[in-house]
Amino acid sequence: MGVWILGLYVFVLSMMVGFELIRKVPPTLHTPLMSGANAISGITLVGALLVVGEGGGRWTVILGTAAVIFATINVVGGFLVTHRMLSMFRKQD
Amino acid sequence: MPPFVVEFAYVVSGFLFVLGLKRLSSPVTAPKGNAMAAGAMLLAVVATLLDQQIISYGTLAAGLVAGTVIGALLARLVQMTAMPQLVAIFNGFGGGASALVAAAELLREGGANPGAAEAAAAAIGILVGTVTFSGSAVAFGKLQDLVTQRPVTFPLQKVLSGLVFLALLAGAVMMALGEVGPEMLMAMGGLAFLLGILLVIPIGGADMPVVVSLLNSYSGLAASAAGFVLGNPLLILAGALVGAAGLILTQLMCRAMNRSLANVAFGAFGGGAAVAAGDDGERVVRRTGAEEVAMLLGYASRVVIVPGYGLAVAQAQHEVKKLTSLLSDRGVDVVFAIHPVAGRMPGHMNVLLAEADVSYERLLDLDDANGAMDRTDVAVVVGANDVVNPEARRPDSAIAGMPIVDVDRAKNVVVIKRSLSPGFAGIDNPLFYMDHTLMFFSDAREAISDLAREVKEL
Repeated sequence: MGVWILGLYVFVLSMMVGFELIRKVPPTLHTPLMSGANAISGITLVGALLVVGEGGGRWTVILGTAAVIFATINVVGGFLVTHRMLSMFRKQD
Repeated sequence: MPPFVVEFAYVVSGFLFVLGLKRLSSPVTAPKGNAMAAGAMLLAVVATLLDQQIISYGTLAAGLVAGTVIGALLARLVQMTAMPQLVAIFNGFGGGASALVAAAELLREGGANPGAAEAAAAAIGILVGTVTFSGSAVAFGKLQDLVTQRPVTFPLQKVLSGLVFLALLAGAVMMALGEVGPEMLMAMGGLAFLLGILLVIPIGGADMPVVVSLLNSYSGLAASAAGFVLGNPLLILAGALVGAAGLILTQLMCRAMNRSLANVAFGAFGGGAAVAAGDDGERVVRRTGAEEVAMLLGYASRVVIVPGYGLAVAQAQHEVKKLTSLLSDRGVDVVFAIHPVAGRMPGHMNVLLAEADVSYERLLDLDDANGAMDRTDVAVVVGANDVVNPEARRPDSAIAGMPIVDVDRAKNVVVIKRSLSPGFAGIDNPLFYMDHTLMFFSDAREAISDLAREVKEL
């Protein structure tokens, strides 16, 4: 079984997990959830770090470094702003 | 550090992402869920930095520091009302990063030639990631009023989009067949950039939340594609989670507006020639002022407030909170009816009210609010229009079938609004002319703080 097929298993199963988790979310949380999920998609930062870290020529380093910056903005900004939103939710008036 | 430790850290990180996302879906556990997902990300990043394969740290550190500073500043300084555009722009960066990762990996010098599957995954990553980037940029522009909110359409637009998409598909096939030089990748990136603009520019400002949500899903899929290029299961997992979450949220939003995704994407809704419904002329509105409304509210037993985007724009959420407390002290039962598309993103209104310390237990969703509307003394509509428009019940109306808050079933209706102008959907609202409706023409913030003062004096 190739690496590719294993990747496909991970992809399909993760999609199903994502569908199941989000189906029952109250509207109150839609915006923080969108923002939090958006921060998670910054996982591409790991890919960017690997690509740049291994070197591999001018093009790879330039594009990869831009990717590191972009993805870090996504990750740091995304989690912080989600935290900011969620810390506003309180039970008592 | 031995490779298996890094791999194992990725497994733990993936587990924490799933758990974090699960916790994010309930108000009580959401802050922990977010912290957990952030922890998962930190773990993955640290493990990656300790990976033996990494040989150059200088550029990495510079990139990480620059991104952290920019991201943290944006997250701290931006107003809560500007949240939708902020999410849009973060999302665009994420998609752009995935496209860059896919391209950078293909252009690696001295590596083995990429296989067909890897090249195809890279093509998808570049396509979806770049569409996310440019599409999010346009969405940001529209939400920030830098680009016109109206749908921008021109002849043969759909044909042009279709042709660009076909060209991209052809490019992806060529890439899979081994054509992976810098020129090819640049052509793909350029065309995908154009496609992102073409897809978002014809959509009206009111529909941008749906677009942002869909693009959020895309950025997840792009990260997954980058994961396939690098053979990294963590990227595939986390990207797929977000891809699925974004799709579900998009679907929930469309359902709330009773429209299909295709209709949002291609309908060019909410712009152009708006036709007012039939008879104009002799209809009369009953105007009112703060004093009269304060009397109504102060002696009511149940009040429903229906907040709309006008409230958010006027930054009136704190005044609303003050008014709510004053009324509660008098024994009035005050609740909020939150339409699913109130504000600019689903849940946006909840965030704004939460910012002002309104308990989320006071916030009712559409069904609960409508269920209790018959025993409501006063419904106060603040800066909302389409979501309370009874026209939606008429089958031939432009907003036919859109679920609405049935404020017209309350004993009295007060509409706080700057003027009689129609909402995003561009159609007239018969609610304003009903016998039990009072129109309070004012800026939302001024009106509410006047009301609070008058209620205090009762």
